[in-house]
This record gives sequence, structure tokens and C-alpha cells, in this order.
Amino acid sequence: MLAKVYITPKKAILDPQGKAIANSLHALNYAEVSDVRMGKYLEVRLSGLSRMQAGQRVEEMCRRLLANLVIEDFYFEIVEE
Amino acid sequence: MKWGVVTFPGSNDDRDACYCLETVLGQQAISLWHKDRDLKGVDAVVLPGGFSYGDYLRCGAIARFSPVMQSVVEFAEAGGPVIGMCNGFQILCEAGLLPGALVRNRSLSFICEWVRIRVETPRTAFTASCRQGEILRIPIKHGEGFYVADEATLKMLEDNGQVVFRYVNEVGEATEAANPNGALHNIAGVTNARGNVVGLMPHPEHAVESLLGGEDGRRLFCRV
Repeated sequence: MLAKVYITPKKAILDPQGKAIANSLHALNYAEVSDVRMGKYLEVRLSGLSRMQAGQRVEEMCRRLLANLVIEDFYFEIVEE
Repeated sequence: MKWGVVTFPGSNDDRDACYCLETVLGQQAISLWHKDRDLKGVDAVVLPGGFSYGDYLRCGAIARFSPVMQSVVEFAEAGGPVIGMCNGFQILCEAGLLPGALVRNRSLSFICEWVRIRVETPRTAFTASCRQGEILRIPIKHGEGFYVADEATLKMLEDNGQVVFRYVNEVGEATEAANPNGALHNIAGVTNARGNVVGLMPHPEHAVESLLGGEDGRRLFCRV
């Protein structure tokens, strides 16, 4: 089983990297870009758990280590491989 | 006074901290390894600067779960004095011993320069020798020093006098131009409610000899 974990900076947190990327896209004439936020994508491989157990465990992993809830939001999906 | 200076894989200011405490200030400093659970009876703990565990995931995120940090958390919760400089500050925030977090500098650049910080409160374990409003000249060197916290936390820090240091200009004003990294409220350092845990981005251990540019950093270690 595979957990696809997405971690993004909270809306209220200034994201200077996303801003720099947006500026660069504007310089390439992608005028339609109104905002870019840059985060992280993790693939966490799990074994020996039901889908529901996996969801609970990954939620806990995100809260304890993978994301810092002061500055980041997270969401994940569990997929069969 | 017996100090414990923690070394994580990737710490690089641990030797400087020991030099500052022992050679310059004539105190005792012993090394604590990240795998140690035993703090060896030290009176105070230093979490030095560097790039613990390569700054993987987030600065301080991995170090926070090392064996020595379990002991440092217990030590701090019992009232023991703990100071974190730069990466040490990031670790203290990740460990939940201090509120807020440190994110990438507003400029996206690594900054290495001398700054001025204003002492906002002498009521911490490490600022007892300072006067409120006193300006110290101390260097910074970091890529992730932008202090952030939500509005409620910032208000709590301000109301309780838990902001310890603020970036200021030469006349002591916390202006936008004097803010090197974008830190909210120009915050350079904070303390916990009890005042025994202090974290700051500047490096007082690098400012202890006039030959190297200044001695103001001594003030944080001379009356703990």
C-alpha cells in the first residue's frame, strides 16, 4: 500500500519560494498565473495494514513528524499498488 | 557552572560554543552526543547551530526526536536552563518547547552578517545580565530564520513579555529595513512562559572576542 502525502504551506504563511516561481512564470509570459504555493510530496510505503489502519497511522505520522502544523497543512491518499 | 553542549550529526557551532564557555568565560563545558540519554548532571544545556541531520524534512524536525532531546525536554520542563542558537532555536520550536516556527528567509538567500538586536526582557535565564532596551551587536548566518507564529500566539508572546530579542537599527528601532529575514514583529528570539528556555537566530557564541568583531555575545552566558 502506498500513502501519497502532500504538504503545503498554510495560506497565512508567506511562501517566498512560491512567489519567486510565480514571478519567473510571469517572466515567461504566463500572465494567467495568479499564485504559486510550493510544498512537498512524499511517498510512504506501508505493509501489513488494512486501508483504514493505514489512514490512521499516516494521519498520526503527519501530525507528529511529516508536517509542522504551525506552518503547514497536509492531506494524503492511500492507494493500492 | 557546568554546561552541556549537544552535538547532532551536522551540528557545526558546537565547538565554538565550547570555546566560548570554556576558553573565553572560564566555565566548564562538556559534550553531549545526540544518542546520549544521560545529561551528565549539567546545570544548563546549549543546542548549537548547524544543520542537524542535514536539515532534512524541515530544520530541526529530525533532531527533535533524537534520544538526547527526550532528556532535554524533561530537563527544560523541570525548569533547567536551555538555550538554542540558530539551528538550536529551530529544534526548540520543533520540539514544542518554544512557540512558532522558522521558515525560509524572505529574500530566499542565506544571510551572513552582523546585526543589532534589542533586549526586550531581562527576565529570562540568559538575559539577567542585560538591561531592557539594551542593544547588542551579534552576527547571524542562516537560510531559515523567518520567525512565524499565528496571530494569537504572537499576541500571547507580546502580552506576556516572551519576545526576548528584536532586530533593530543603530538607534534601536525595530524597522522593516533592520529586519534581515522577514521575521514577524522583527522577532530574533523568544522564551517560554517560565523564562528558562530561550531560542534565538543570532549567534552570541560568535561574538565573544573583540578580535573577532565584538564581545556582546558574552552577556548571554555570564549570569545564568
